[in-house]
Amino acid sequence: MNSVSISLASVAMYTHTHINHSGMNSADQTASQFMLWLPLIAVAIPLMLVYIGAAYWTSKTYRSWSKARCLLACAGIAVCAAAVTGPLAQAAHHSFSAHMLGHLLLGMLGPLLLVYAAPMTLLLRTLPRQSSRFLSKILRSRIVMFIAHPVSAAILNVGGLWVLYHTDLFTLMHRSNALYVLIHIHVFAAGYLFTASLLPVDPAPHKVKLNIRVAVMIMAFAAHGILSKTIYAFPPAGVPNEEAQFGAQLMYYGGDAVDLILIILLGYRWYRSAGKETSSSPIFVRKTVKKGIHR
Amino acid sequence: MNSISNAADEQTARKAWNGQRRSLWSGILFGMGCIAFIDEVVFHQLLHWHHFYDRSTTSAGLVSDGLLHAFSWFASVASLFLLADLRRKKSWAIKRWVSGLLIGAGFFQLYDGIVHHKLMQIHQIRYGVDLTIYDWSWNIAGALLLIAGVVGLFASGRHSSSAEQKAFKDE
Repeated sequence: MNSVSISLASVAMYTHTHINHSGMNSADQTASQFMLWLPLIAVAIPLMLVYIGAAYWTSKTYRSWSKARCLLACAGIAVCAAAVTGPLAQAAHHSFSAHMLGHLLLGMLGPLLLVYAAPMTLLLRTLPRQSSRFLSKILRSRIVMFIAHPVSAAILNVGGLWVLYHTDLFTLMHRSNALYVLIHIHVFAAGYLFTASLLPVDPAPHKVKLNIRVAVMIMAFAAHGILSKTIYAFPPAGVPNEEAQFGAQLMYYGGDAVDLILIILLGYRWYRSAGKETSSSPIFVRKTVKKGIHR
Repeated sequence: MNSISNAADEQTARKAWNGQRRSLWSGILFGMGCIAFIDEVVFHQLLHWHHFYDRSTTSAGLVSDGLLHAFSWFASVASLFLLADLRRKKSWAIKRWVSGLLIGAGFFQLYDGIVHHKLMQIHQIRYGVDLTIYDWSWNIAGALLLIAGVVGLFASGRHSSSAEQKAFKDE
């Protein structure tokens, strides 16, 4: 964890030195700092407004939309936007640690926050009836069932990362803008799909058994940890050794932190559903029958 | 009437047995999670004896280590939810749970000490010193934990089965 905090500090240092060009007065500095944050604000605020607006308008006809979900959505949007625009994204072009921090936000923490914001449910009740029927038809289709299955979602998620860091894709990504955008969309989409397949919040038409979800979760977490160790040992082309070692440890321990949240959420769901079972299970019924007899 | 009462007794006994088995598993999972956590905190972070990655690691070792790490991370949380469920259903068998904890911890310690450190050579306990004493104390500690757990398990088994029989006779 020590080295992770060092690497976080190095990211902060990097962005700081990047901003503080020499020979600028303080007004210029404030302006340039604002310019650095501007794209982030420009991306995040409209998305947040769309979500909150939809929540507000549909609350007039349906049950009122939870404020906690609005908060989660805003946090998720902010976290994801920070990974693709603004100072961190700028730094990620040069610093591998910043790149890795961005991926943790865009591929793990952001998706988790957004899954719990239940965007599909909100979308379904915002759209006009016909389009919402069409959307739910798509969501129930076989191809979506296949892609949203925990096994395929995990392969898309961790497998995609494996390809990114252990082929030339990582070098190519920094050369081509289109590829850069495409890969970041994939990282987010795969992260979202993976999280939603393990912890469905939006109605999931295709339920997957808990033991399969647990097995996939453990395998995916293991693959993520192993990948970070191989990055530590064999850095992607063009990344200096020390930088790669910081980044790899950030990926390992940062991944563990988000994994812990996922495990706790899954465990809590099991605990809740096990409690519901008790009250209607044969044991409980028999027990009450027995009590009745003894009285 | 009698048959219903018998069926209910059978259910109660099954529930008790279920609680015993689940207590044992919850303990085993918690033991594994616990010892892995201690390993990470003490040897990796505080002492800095263990390394994040040792250049001699084979890929099989890397996979085994990764799987075990992910599993123990999951186990420590899952075992506590199991425990909460057992307590809610009032069927927590403490002796079974503690025996499970010792078994889980001892097994993990031995597996780490023998398979990871010695067979797969993922990483060593410490670098730049003679390892003999470290390896032996590591594995003996693991074996002691495991033996204590197994003894506890047999002791608790005999104890509870006699208690159950007594309960049946009383009925």
